[in-house]
Amino acid sequence: MVTSRFPIVSRTDFSETTFLLDILHPTMARAAKPGQFVIVMLDEHGERIPLTIADFDRDKGTITLVVQAVGKSSRQMQADCQAGGAIYAIVGPMGIPSEISNAKTVICVGGGLGVAPIYPQARAFKEAGAYVIGVVGFRSANLMFWEEKFKAVCDEFIVCTDDGSAGLHGLVTDGIEQAIAKHGTIDEVVAIGPPIMMRACAETTRPHKIKTMVSLNPIMVDGTGMCGGCRVRVNAQIKFACVDGPDFDGHQVDFDDLFSRLHRYRAEEKQAMERYSDSCRRLIAADAAAAQEGGK
Amino acid sequence: MVRKTIRTIPQERALMPVQDPDIRATNFDEVALGFDIEAAKLESERCLMCPEPACVEGCPVKIDIPGFIEKILTKDYRGAYDHMTNATMLPAVCGRVCPQEDQCEGVCAVGAGTGLEPVAIGRLERFLGDMAIKEGWKKSTHIEPAPFKVAIVGSGPAGMACAADLAKAGCKVTIYEALHKPGGVLRYGIPEFRLPNDVVDAEIANLDALGVEIICNTLVGRLFTIEDMLGDMGYDAVFIGVGAGTPYFMDIPGENLNGVLSANELLTRCNLMHAGEFPAFDTPLGLGRKVAVIGSGNTAMDAMRVSKRLGAEEVHCIYRRSEVECPARAEELHHAQEEGIDFHWLTNPVEILGDANNNVRGIRCIRMELGEPDKSGRRRPVAIEGSEFDFEADTVVYAIGTSPNPILGQTSTIGLNKWGYIDTDESLATSLAGVYAGGDIVTGAATVIQAMGAGRKAASSIKHYLRIRDSDVVYTPEEHGFAHSLFGIDTDEQNFVRIRQI
Repeated sequence: MVTSRFPIVSRTDFSETTFLLDILHPTMARAAKPGQFVIVMLDEHGERIPLTIADFDRDKGTITLVVQAVGKSSRQMQADCQAGGAIYAIVGPMGIPSEISNAKTVICVGGGLGVAPIYPQARAFKEAGAYVIGVVGFRSANLMFWEEKFKAVCDEFIVCTDDGSAGLHGLVTDGIEQAIAKHGTIDEVVAIGPPIMMRACAETTRPHKIKTMVSLNPIMVDGTGMCGGCRVRVNAQIKFACVDGPDFDGHQVDFDDLFSRLHRYRAEEKQAMERYSDSCRRLIAADAAAAQEGGK
Repeated sequence: MVRKTIRTIPQERALMPVQDPDIRATNFDEVALGFDIEAAKLESERCLMCPEPACVEGCPVKIDIPGFIEKILTKDYRGAYDHMTNATMLPAVCGRVCPQEDQCEGVCAVGAGTGLEPVAIGRLERFLGDMAIKEGWKKSTHIEPAPFKVAIVGSGPAGMACAADLAKAGCKVTIYEALHKPGGVLRYGIPEFRLPNDVVDAEIANLDALGVEIICNTLVGRLFTIEDMLGDMGYDAVFIGVGAGTPYFMDIPGENLNGVLSANELLTRCNLMHAGEFPAFDTPLGLGRKVAVIGSGNTAMDAMRVSKRLGAEEVHCIYRRSEVECPARAEELHHAQEEGIDFHWLTNPVEILGDANNNVRGIRCIRMELGEPDKSGRRRPVAIEGSEFDFEADTVVYAIGTSPNPILGQTSTIGLNKWGYIDTDESLATSLAGVYAGGDIVTGAATVIQAMGAGRKAASSIKHYLRIRDSDVVYTPEEHGFAHSLFGIDTDEQNFVRIRQI
């Protein structure tokens, strides 16, 4: 039996909690399209976690994942996944690729980490001949990344920060309003970011009747459509985000339902995190003790 | 030898020990402990050695049942195993999970109208399968390589059986599996107490020994398509055995509350991801204290018994028909009842009730009665108006069946039928030349042995398609005068000798 290992080619840290991994997987780099995701497992005891494919390089044969360390698995990933290392399991590309429509004017919105997965879509729209307005939002200027890279595929670029430390002082929805006010006709808005941001984007565009696509991030297990853990309500129907999505019409998504289901394992997530932090502390203490002993 | 009759054989089945219900409901160890040599011999004595055995016809892969039983009687266990495995790839699996009462044992002459129990064929098969694993028996075959590459999509029972047959025909076989471990439903679905993982591992090691390559973490359709496999990737034939797998929900109010999940999700989290061992394993389960499982097939039984073992105080089964129509194996139902699961027959959920935090707090059910038989011959359940009642539960598990997985339909031109299953002809050929399909993705949810049977049938068709001599086929003798042959060998055949027993 072949147990593949998936080598990590390079790693870039954006901030204390966010980092980027380039992983060698030529077949996937060839197959991946904007909007798709992978499922990653760190080791045999690990869980299967979905991560959006932020970028892919067909020549180098790599795919790019951008990760925010928020819980046990992503923290472990931050600690363990270094260039030269490898990942135990990675499967994809999963989900239906984003539809790059014939929109003439499109706003691509990325909030926080969502900037990474919206980037290949902005690029694809640009390549398809659309007028692309990029709107990216961060809490603060020191969390910004990919600014130049993103700008290069946009006709207009609006940076929003919650604290006003860079660009527009405000949320991405303020950026969207600004762009709508300037252009009048916008054919489509594509938004990726935290669920609360995607809902806000959908509510901003609803009165303007602008088609708004969002990329949903429910809890997943297999990612192949066999468990229904990722089911979401869209237009009052059950959809499985892993095979029917992850992109859906933001005006038809039941976001309240998504929010409550995302909290399903909050207690267990906390427990796993505490246990992991504990074992890390013990490990550090043991390392320190060993170092001291070595010094004697 | 004096011919055995119903009166001369042992009247009672040999005893197979099982774990005590009170103890086993708290562990994941296997429930049925299997025959020892004495019991196997005693049970073999009960076989009448029918000259025209109905049991063989009742077996989907036509194992020569009296043939292997005869060898057990002469204490030739190795011979019995070799004889049996001419027909089946997974005896340790199928001996455990086949619904024998509807197959070989259902038609056994000993059990036919005599008041006696039929010969315990499944238990004998399992006995030999387990003995082979324990003793490390392998069927040593010299395989003549054939110049063909065949890809198998899915590593469940259909894919495994097809791969083994084609490897024996000399093909270079590669299995692609989407999950990180092979085995399909044997791994993620059927729990350890019915089918221990080391039995699955042993069967996969047998494939390995035949030179079959298994590549996990590969989602066919998305990473590459069926068309790519026949094109750039250079496969001569493809077998699709991806299972059905996509769970149904009922679309009643409250279904998206937290605490509602499919049996597939529960079983995957528990069996594949070891959620029962959280936090030593990272995947959580979040099972409550009062679990209600909707449906009463084998999947429902597994979900209920797993819940019980994970510490649920109460486990309830809700089924809209009566016990008579219960589709689970008789043995599974019996085991579940012994383990203290409450059955609510003729009951159907109409709404799942939630609390302020969007967690499940109960189910509203309605009582049913059986009406006229429908097309399938089963009496249709009809709701009794005004009979709604509420029921306390904090976890609701759906086990009401599956629909075909949409990925291959989304990503290839392969023909599907109106229900979304892959359309095949009698030989299991699909609308794409060289592509065959079998198992749940063709027939809808069925049994492990039926999937295996389909895998073997597809392997036979693929051999025919590739013009490899099929050892299962009786070839017609050459026409006199060698008009269509070369030295008596059919010129259509590209390979002549495939397997030689050594």
